[in-house]
Amino acid sequence: MTAAADASAGRVVRRSRDENLVRLLGMLIFVFVLMTILRPDQFATLADFNSMMRQFPEYGIMAIGMSLTMITGGIDLGVVGTANLSAIVAAKFLIGVVPPGAPPEQVVPYLVAAVAFALATGLACGAFAGVLISRFKIPAILATLGTQQLFTGIAIGVTSGRPQSRLPLLYSKIGNAEFLNFFPLSFVLFVVIALATGFLLSRTRFGAYLYMIGTNAKAASYAGLNNNSIILRTYMISGLLSSVAGLIMMARANSAKAEYGAPYTLQCVLIAVLGGIDPNGGSGKVAGVTLAILILQFLSSGLNMFNSVSNFYRDVIWGGVLILVLVFNYFLSRRSERRAVRKAS
Amino acid sequence: MFAPRRLLGRSEPWVFAAIVALAVLIQARSGQFFTGNNLVDLARALVVPALFSVGCMMVIVSGGIDVSFTAIASLAMYVTDKILLAQGYDGNVLLAYAMSAGLGLLMGALNGVLIAFLRLPTLIVTLGTASLYTGLMFGTFAASASDVPPAIAAHGKQILFTAANPDSGLTSTMPVHALILVGVLVLAFLLLRYTMLGRGIYAIGGDEAAAERAGFNVRAIKMVLYCFVGVLAGVTGIVRISMIAYADPSTMLGMELTVIAAVVLGGVRVTGGVGTLTGTILGVALMTILANSLILMGIPTYWSRAFTGAVIIIGTGVTARQTGLKRLARTLAGPAKEAQA
Repeated sequence: MTAAADASAGRVVRRSRDENLVRLLGMLIFVFVLMTILRPDQFATLADFNSMMRQFPEYGIMAIGMSLTMITGGIDLGVVGTANLSAIVAAKFLIGVVPPGAPPEQVVPYLVAAVAFALATGLACGAFAGVLISRFKIPAILATLGTQQLFTGIAIGVTSGRPQSRLPLLYSKIGNAEFLNFFPLSFVLFVVIALATGFLLSRTRFGAYLYMIGTNAKAASYAGLNNNSIILRTYMISGLLSSVAGLIMMARANSAKAEYGAPYTLQCVLIAVLGGIDPNGGSGKVAGVTLAILILQFLSSGLNMFNSVSNFYRDVIWGGVLILVLVFNYFLSRRSERRAVRKAS
Repeated sequence: MFAPRRLLGRSEPWVFAAIVALAVLIQARSGQFFTGNNLVDLARALVVPALFSVGCMMVIVSGGIDVSFTAIASLAMYVTDKILLAQGYDGNVLLAYAMSAGLGLLMGALNGVLIAFLRLPTLIVTLGTASLYTGLMFGTFAASASDVPPAIAAHGKQILFTAANPDSGLTSTMPVHALILVGVLVLAFLLLRYTMLGRGIYAIGGDEAAAERAGFNVRAIKMVLYCFVGVLAGVTGIVRISMIAYADPSTMLGMELTVIAAVVLGGVRVTGGVGTLTGTILGVALMTILANSLILMGIPTYWSRAFTGAVIIIGTGVTARQTGLKRLARTLAGPAKEAQA
């Protein structure tokens, strides 16, 4: 392909990304309207919105972390393991040190410490995966397939597979607090993280580096980027976000367990791909990912309102939607490629 | 086409040495390793993962990765089992194998179309299809552990020989399924060694663009490969349920990671192009012995998953490092050597 064709293909990709956002918005509205028509008395009521806002932040935050790693051309399949391990570290600490029946003002410093430990665990998990990928050059898929097993395995090992409950009441009280009596803390965290990540990707040098590495790692390194350090930091961010998700799950369930949120891994991949993150790296936006999260949540909440639909159908739907989106994107990109070639010649 | 022997021969001796060391260690600690029944038990435990590993190895050699083969095996065997039960089938077990293999072929073909013709990333495709197939099994077919038709149950009781432990009096039987494994291994060996298809699998894994220009039909090769993996998974599903004598839909799920770990541990290069069946089987043997010895050595089963993860990381780390070193050596040796390699 000539340079001119390359450049114009680049433009097409850019435009098709914006088309992608419009398409996602269309899908979102479609699912919303469909569910509203099918279940007018349950779907999209205030109570329903409130319950949805409690559900999606935990996997949404993990999906944002995974999206960052996918933009660099990698993937982080270890997000759920990291989340659970972080939560278990916090839970073990709280159960171990907080005397039962302690007054709230005495518990607060412990809570702060527990959260700090969880976040540190997330960072460490991310750094571990990042080192394996950047230093040891293990393909991200295999490295994080391994870390997912390892982190979950350690979590099972230290807890003997049992849930860690009997946390101080204050933790879930704070974790489930609502702003203005409507917006759960987890939702607020999600909004803050989505905005911050969006800013990071579109307005900072680091964000631009992620796209450069994802587009062509070798070129990025010749352009003077320290790929290893950038990749390491990306996985650390993913680990940190996973630990936030773990803390949210711990507040919602009022316990921590090694096997919480097992289906979230696939769901996060699905969200990222649906949201327009190219699995080969180099493109994607947080806005798209956020829309994908909302589409999935509407779909999932809507399905919940049909008693006859077994939970296992969700696996079918997630897997099916993932493949359909991939196929759709394939034909779409072929069409725009052909258009670009026609224009260039 | 094949890399020189010194490159290929690098992992297998180490894995073999690790197996020997482990065997001696377990023998020293429990005195139970080199007993007839333990060895036969190990061989018995090896059959199913080894069958899976053959397909898994071929996919990794071609530069892809497949996490859906256990889902394919589970759905194929479950549907076959249910249909045969509903029909009150009382004939030969071969029909069960044929049905399950056929269903496996269909499911593998879906992977193949998505991967070969649409060129979609293999991990994401197979994660998606794995979710689809398990969802269908538990959702549509409301799967739960079920009986097996008499033909399959009888097939499970066919044994080659029995080994007894003179001290404890425990006996273990070598199932006839070991012959299926031998047959599959011979077939895979001939396929990889003497056919253009096999050469093509190595060639695509080494460099897809180069393979295409050298005249390999990359699409056809990938399509056949994923169909083959599907057929093999279907057969393995029946092997599994006949050996345990009931059709448990979740008995194989999750095994895919251990199998991938074993294959990678056996020296199959994760970026494609390099790997041997010998290494693969040694890798599976090592993982099987490790898994069994956790029990023999009294390590709590809670830690087995952490252990799998550590093995995947160490195994892939070592092979990735070797690849890096080799590439470095080739670069240092200059372009002439590179062309040879």
